[in-house]
Formats: sequence, structure tokens, C-alpha cells
Amino acid sequence: MNVRWSRKDLLGLRELSAEEINFILDTADAFKEVGVREVKKVPALRGKTMVNFFVEPSTRTRTSFELAAFRLSADVINMSASTSSLTKGETLKDTARNLEALHTDILVLRHSSAGAPQFLARKIKASVINAGDGAHEHPTQALLDLYTIREKRGRIRDLHVLIVGDILFSRVARSNIFGLTKLGARVTLVGPSTLVPKDFEKLGVQVSHDLDSVLPGADVVNLLRIQHERQRKEYFPGLSEYTSLFGLTKERAKHLQPDCLIMHPGPINRGVEIDSEVADGARSVILDQVTNGLAVRMAVLYLCGGIAT
Amino acid sequence: MSAIIIRNGRIIDPANKRDEIGDLVIVNGRVADRSAIRDYRESGSDQSAIDEIDATGLIVAPGLIDIHVHLREPGFGHKETIASGAQAAAAGGFTTVVCMPNTSPAADNPATIAWIKDRAAEVAPVKVLPAGALSKNLGGEELAPLGSLAQAGVVAFTDDGHCVQNHELMRRAVEYAGMLGLPVLDHCQDYNLVGNGLVHEGYWSTLLGLPGWPAAGEEVIVMRDVLLAELCQHPIHCQHVSCAGSVKLIREARARGVKISGEVCPHHIALTDEAIQNFDTNYKMNPPLRAPADVEALMEGIADGTLSILCSDHAPHAGFEKEVEFDAAPFGIVGLETELGIFLDLLVHKNKVIDISRLIEMYTVEPAALLKIDAGTLSTGAPGDVTLIHPNLEWTVKVDDFQSASRNSPFDGWKLKGRAVRTIVNGKTVWKL
Repeated sequence: MNVRWSRKDLLGLRELSAEEINFILDTADAFKEVGVREVKKVPALRGKTMVNFFVEPSTRTRTSFELAAFRLSADVINMSASTSSLTKGETLKDTARNLEALHTDILVLRHSSAGAPQFLARKIKASVINAGDGAHEHPTQALLDLYTIREKRGRIRDLHVLIVGDILFSRVARSNIFGLTKLGARVTLVGPSTLVPKDFEKLGVQVSHDLDSVLPGADVVNLLRIQHERQRKEYFPGLSEYTSLFGLTKERAKHLQPDCLIMHPGPINRGVEIDSEVADGARSVILDQVTNGLAVRMAVLYLCGGIAT
Repeated sequence: MSAIIIRNGRIIDPANKRDEIGDLVIVNGRVADRSAIRDYRESGSDQSAIDEIDATGLIVAPGLIDIHVHLREPGFGHKETIASGAQAAAAGGFTTVVCMPNTSPAADNPATIAWIKDRAAEVAPVKVLPAGALSKNLGGEELAPLGSLAQAGVVAFTDDGHCVQNHELMRRAVEYAGMLGLPVLDHCQDYNLVGNGLVHEGYWSTLLGLPGWPAAGEEVIVMRDVLLAELCQHPIHCQHVSCAGSVKLIREARARGVKISGEVCPHHIALTDEAIQNFDTNYKMNPPLRAPADVEALMEGIADGTLSILCSDHAPHAGFEKEVEFDAAPFGIVGLETELGIFLDLLVHKNKVIDISRLIEMYTVEPAALLKIDAGTLSTGAPGDVTLIHPNLEWTVKVDDFQSASRNSPFDGWKLKGRAVRTIVNGKTVWKL
């Protein structure tokens, strides 16, 4: 089909080259146009079966993958942890092998355990697309972030991107770090020292605990949700203190460059990591991210689904 | 009546500072001097019962002791049985193993200890010495009946796999063990610091988004044990020491005479945390694989005697249990059949950290002294437990050839230099290559 894509799986951005990432983004360009047609459907994956297997709850990512598959004319079934046999004690491997026995072509996996997609990709022949694994990677989210930056700013190289928030537990942050650094952006991680440990500097990024000092130099600010419900330990004293130190408030937003992009993978906590006015303001591209997510996921399904056969 | 003569081997018996080519005689299950074989011949006993073994080019060592294995019975016979685990021990060159109490039911009561001993007497080709639990059901809340366990024949106390978090309870356990004259072995892990940690907290945990298990989570308990060993004037032995800070703490404490010791497992010097990057659960163990600087510190600790015992932490798990998501997999790998080869290869041959006599000492004299058991020497009259080692034999690890019931080893396909070729228990060959 093409010589520039040879992977059956999309497990993460760490193993992709800059060329492969750009190739996905270029492919997504072509698919974005499909979404504004009157007939929003192409036959690229007609006759293929995709299973959306979400072992961890998700609405927007699952919906986005589902819609992307519909637009490519694939047949889709959705499975969640509660509808699968995992709750009956079946192992992930056995569940996946059963799906494979039904001639599933593409398995989109969301799982709370880092490495679950890698594990499955070794065990089954179907394409495995990582829709988020633990705190490890969320490659399609990072790809849609990259796509949105490229679309709005025309390039990624040499842009200064801030990723703010709970970096330690964020798969979105990790995939963004890998993707952005491969494409030549400068990345600064911002957040409390407990959630943004210095170890991250070994990944080729900078770490800051002072949002105010880095905001004026930013081309992109990507705010992550503070996943307070997930945190077992005390990582910071409370949400109001978090907001006072690291929230993108109206006041802070005044120090941003006029063309700085404000991004968020959603769902947003208004008044915590971002003020409503900023989330809904002119520099916010949060809903563009959602739209672009569809095109990017179509591209990924198309490329990997094409290899699997 | 039986007798064997092991001819022309290099006899290394560190307890007697002996290292020479010679013949070793075992009569009626015990090491004897040369005249005993003449007496045996002249006694008119069945001459065909004299077994002659040519040990040319081999090392004749006291039977090796592994003080840290999980034989899984009672309760987890799908992972390992006392029979299969003890057979694996024999194949690894071990004549004595100490089995950990995290069975089901836990070995926290004399009946379970009696069952293990009975079962071992029936099926085990090597000597199986049970360790008893420190706390009831390994729960860390109440003392196990340590005195009854001692009477039932345990050789040590430990909650291995678990760690008593309550320092007061630990102090009382150590004091009480002191009265009984049995050592305490501790799995050093602070539950608050470690939390749900799976892998070494560092570069790879950061990269892979796996929950980190910080070195401080081990070190803080090692420090606790140093203080309690000093307070109670009774030995505490730190199990599977994995990080640089622990080595430093143990070194300093030993220098001022504290009865603290430490052991090393092969995986902690053969591998680093980099190995986890493919999420292969055969690299998941507790404590986790550490950073290169930790490996270096462990080697230094072995070289200067800070870490005095080698062992496997043999932890068999069934394939279906390990073939799951990384965080769902149980911790641990099998080790009995690879540990001697790995230590010989890495410590003696490749890195020249210690010589082969010291390696043998760390597998014999040191654990025997800690446990105060009649083993680990070739003195006349000692039990006829002998391991014949080919120090230079090159071989390839094949998990499918293991005697163990489980295959969860990261070392499949490794090429190693040196291994045991024959294992003799009480004068009887129980395994040979």
C-alpha cells in the first residue's frame, strides 16, 4: 500500500521515528476532509472488524475511535470491562484470543495497566491500537495534539510547549514528550515537584515548578487534568492550592503571547487547572483537538488496519 | 553400609581453609578420612558398594546451601511442589535449602512445619529446612508462636514476601528469637514508601509510567533492622538486598560490630531495570531490578564481605499467572537451576569480584553459621553433602529442561560458564549432569 508505514500496531510514540509521526499526520490531513463532506464515509476499511476494548472507562476516546471506524466503513463492536469475561476471571490474553478467533482485524485497547497493549500485540495477529495504557502512553491523543499544533502554527519544530499538571501519572504527557521532542519542539513540564519529578529531565525536557516564569515564553500550553480521584497518596495539599500555583487563571492568561495555543485533552475541570474564560477564549483550541482526533484516529486505523492483512 | 571415594578433584573447603587436589572419602553418609575406606574394605562389607567418582578437573565443594527459596507447598502446588523444587535444588547443586513460610496455610504454626518436614522426608532429594513466620499469617500484627515453631524445627524466622511494619512488634520478635537462638531474616520493604510500586523508581519507571519502588523503601527498613539488631543484640539478616544505600548501611553497621548481614540474588547483579522496557513479566520481581549504580554497589558489597550470602529467592509461578498485564503478574522468578552458573560467570569469571573459594564460602560456611546448622564443611565427621562443580563448563540455560515445575526465568538462552555437575547428599548422588 505504501512504503512509509509498516507497523501493524500503534503502541506508543516512543518507538516511532519523526518520519513515521509526520506520515500519520499527513495521512490525517486527507481524512480530515472526509468529516466535512455531506457523506462522511469512505470505504477504506469496508469488511474489516474493529473491536473497541475498553478495560478502563472512557467516553470520548472510545466514541472517537468508534466514529473513526464508522467513517472508514469498518464494523465495530464495543466491549468494556463489565461486558467482557475479564470480570469472570478470564485473562486479558484469553479474551483477546477469543476476539481474534472471531477474525477481529483491529483491537483498540484502553487499559489501566502500563504495557497491556505491548503484551497483547505479542500474543495476537490483529492490529493492536493503544487507546491509553496506565500512565504509559496515549499515542493517538499525542498525535492529535501534534496535528492541532501543526495545523494552527504551521510547524512544530522550535516551538516552546508547556505541559502543565499531573505529569507523573499522565500517559498523555509521556506520549506528548516523545512526539514533541522527536519533531523538534522544546518542552517544559510544569507542576508541583511531587507530580513533576526531576527524573523527567532525563527524557530530554525541562522541568519547572514556577508557571508564572515560563508562561510568557510559551507557544503552546497543554493543560492536563488533575486526576485527584486517582491519587492514592498525598501529592499536593489540595485543589485550591493547586489552582493558586498552577491553574491557568484569567490573570495568568494575560501574560501569554497573543498567538499561544491553549490545549487540554479533556475532560476539563473548570476552575481547577483552567478558568472557564480561558477554556472558552480565542486562544483555546480544545474543541479543535476533538475534531482532529477523529481524523488522526482514522489515519491510524487506516494505516495499521491495512498492514494487518 | 556404603562408601564413596571422589578422586583427584580440587577440594575447596573454606571452613578448614583447604584448597588442594585430593580424594574425598564418604563412609556411611559422613565425610571420613582416608583410613576409613581401608577399614571399610577390611570390615568385609559389600565391596561393590564402594562408589568411585573421578573428579579430575572438578571442584569438590561442601554441599551448597540456598537459604532463600519458595517451594510453594502447602497450598500452591501448581507453581511448585516440595518434590519438584527440591529436585530443582539438586539440579542446581544444592544439598540444603531453606524454604520460606508464605505458603497456604502460612508456615506460622507447628503443624504446617511438621507437614513440610514430613513431606520433604518423603519426596525431597535434598535437605529442606523450613523457616517459620515471624507474625501470625504473615500479617505483621501479632507474633507467631515462635517457641512452638522452634520446637517444630524451623531454622529461622521471617515474614518473607511481607515485612513487619510495626517496629515495636519487630523488636519483640527479634528479642524473642534471641531467646530461641534462631536468626531473623527480613524482607526489607516499607509499605508506605513503596505503595503500589512495581519497578525501580528511576529513569525507566519515569519513561514507562510504571509505579516506582524507590530504593529508600528498602533502605529505611535496613536501617530499622540495623538499629534493632543493635538494640536486641541478635542477628538480623537482610534478604535480597537490592540497592546501593542498603549496602552502605550494612557495611557501616558491620564495621561497628552490629549483627547484621545481607544476601544477594543473581538477578540483582545480572540485570538492571532497563530490562523491563518490554513489560516482560519475567523481569518483575520484588525487590525490583535496580539501576546500574546499584549493581555496582552490590558487587562492591560482595567483594568486601558486606554482603556475605548468595541465594536465589527461587519464586516459581505458573505460566498462566505470569502471562498477564505487568501490574497483574505476581513478583518473582525461579532461580535454583541458574544461580550458581550466573554467580560463577559474573562474579568469578567475568568481573573477578571474588574467587571461587569465596563464592563457595558464601554458599556454605556463611549460611551455615547464620543458621547454626551442621552443614557447609568437609570436616571429618560432617554430613556427606558434596557438590561437584565444573568451573569452566560452558552451557546454555534452557528453561524447558528445568526440574522446577515452573519456567518463569528471564535467563532462558543465556550462555554461562560454570555449573554443578553432581550433587551428593549424605553420601548419595541425588543428581548428576
